[in-house]
Amino acid sequence: MSELSVDHLLGIKYLNKDDINLIFETADHFKEVINRPIKKVPSLRDITIANLFFENSTRTRLSFELAEKRLSADVINFSAAASSVKKGETLIDTVNNILSMKVDMVVMRHPNPGAGVFLSKHVNASILNAGDGAHEHPTQALLDSYSIRERLGEVAGKKIVIVGDILHSRVALSNIFALKLQGAEVKVCGPKTLIPRYIEKLGVTVETDLKKALAWCDVANMLRVQNERMEISYFPSTREYTQQFGVNKKVLESLNKEIVIMHPGPINRGVEITSDVADSNQAIILDQVQNGVAVRMAVIYLLASKIKR
Amino acid sequence: MSQKLLLSAKEIDIILHRLACQLIENHTHFRDTVLIGVQPRGKFLADRIRQILVNEYEVTDIKLGYLDITFYRDDFRRGEKPLEANKTHIDFVVEDKRVVFIDDVLYTGRSIRSALTAVQSFGRPQEIELLTLIDRRFSRHLPIQPNYRGRQVDAINKEKVKVHWVENEGEDAVYLVSGF
Repeated sequence: MSELSVDHLLGIKYLNKDDINLIFETADHFKEVINRPIKKVPSLRDITIANLFFENSTRTRLSFELAEKRLSADVINFSAAASSVKKGETLIDTVNNILSMKVDMVVMRHPNPGAGVFLSKHVNASILNAGDGAHEHPTQALLDSYSIRERLGEVAGKKIVIVGDILHSRVALSNIFALKLQGAEVKVCGPKTLIPRYIEKLGVTVETDLKKALAWCDVANMLRVQNERMEISYFPSTREYTQQFGVNKKVLESLNKEIVIMHPGPINRGVEITSDVADSNQAIILDQVQNGVAVRMAVIYLLASKIKR
Repeated sequence: MSQKLLLSAKEIDIILHRLACQLIENHTHFRDTVLIGVQPRGKFLADRIRQILVNEYEVTDIKLGYLDITFYRDDFRRGEKPLEANKTHIDFVVEDKRVVFIDDVLYTGRSIRSALTAVQSFGRPQEIELLTLIDRRFSRHLPIQPNYRGRQVDAINKEKVKVHWVENEGEDAVYLVSGF
């Protein structure tokens, strides 16, 4: 097994356990590469990658671009705000126009769930989903698991709680798929209004008391409250949310063990976690960002190796 | 598939000692020299050479690393099988050092070409030499020749030279394999 079972990375749902292991083993090599004096390898010098961002992003976009450049791929960037999408062009037309310039791979973020799957059926390129609405964000889940594996040795058997806005979070869904696939126990915790009704069907448990959830877990993945996706109020006030679901030093010290704190970013400091927690040794938030480049290099490398000449 | 023994364990042992002595001739104290085994197969040869230098010729303080060339190869996406990477382990500076690449078989020269590119990620060496156990003559695609060679072999392209090591295959031997 040294090849991915898929031609596109559309979501964790489509991967199997061997795929994840292969991605992590490859990422180990790239992590070594990006810590060298010269952080670049020439593997993908004949590959052109288009980054299509129909939705805002800083971290993911920079991380993808860096990963692509460190693999020596040619990169073109596109953001919806400054494009013909505004003039009424359809997604397929936009992408086909870009592909006619001989592009081999498309990294896409789109506000609509399933945009990646749709595109993979209609265009001739390898598609990498960088977030599709509230559906999936597979590379984030992969780098989260990779960071857990790095800190705790393995993911299997570990207890992970995902705290916050589960309803609007593609990070939560992809993480649930990835963690369950690797044999971890997963709990979600947040205000009832922000937890989808049938989430137990995915094999996770629900907890609405943060202290109980933290006492149970090895790792807490704190999600951001996604105000931009909320059309109505899901909780009375940010202050009340922080009181019930925010993690601060005091809460962590009341536990009789040291848990690992993760956050996919961007952090709302003082809302879901306080600064002293975010900057503490328990937090692996910046490790996640560094691992993000290595994991994305691995995914791009493995997908590119399936593109035949 | 048929295979013919090219070198026995005894012959390999004699050759390894000669190669070690040739290295000493050129590098004396190995103060500015670093040995780099080219992954995956050069690692075994590099380990052996180091062992002989340290145990039998009392050369102390030898710097030995392993270099993986997977991401530098020029046949990515050309073969049927995807390329699998190995570990790179170089915990010293290559800048201004005399580097000796160590690999078991020199065939087309493409691996060494990749290694020449790869090692530059770790600095600019003063010079680079090449040591190989088997040099397959007349099969080079690139102008690359070894500085230290164990045995020259004439083999046609359909044949394969396989080096076995005790650590990996349970015996020291070199075979010429045909009809695989």
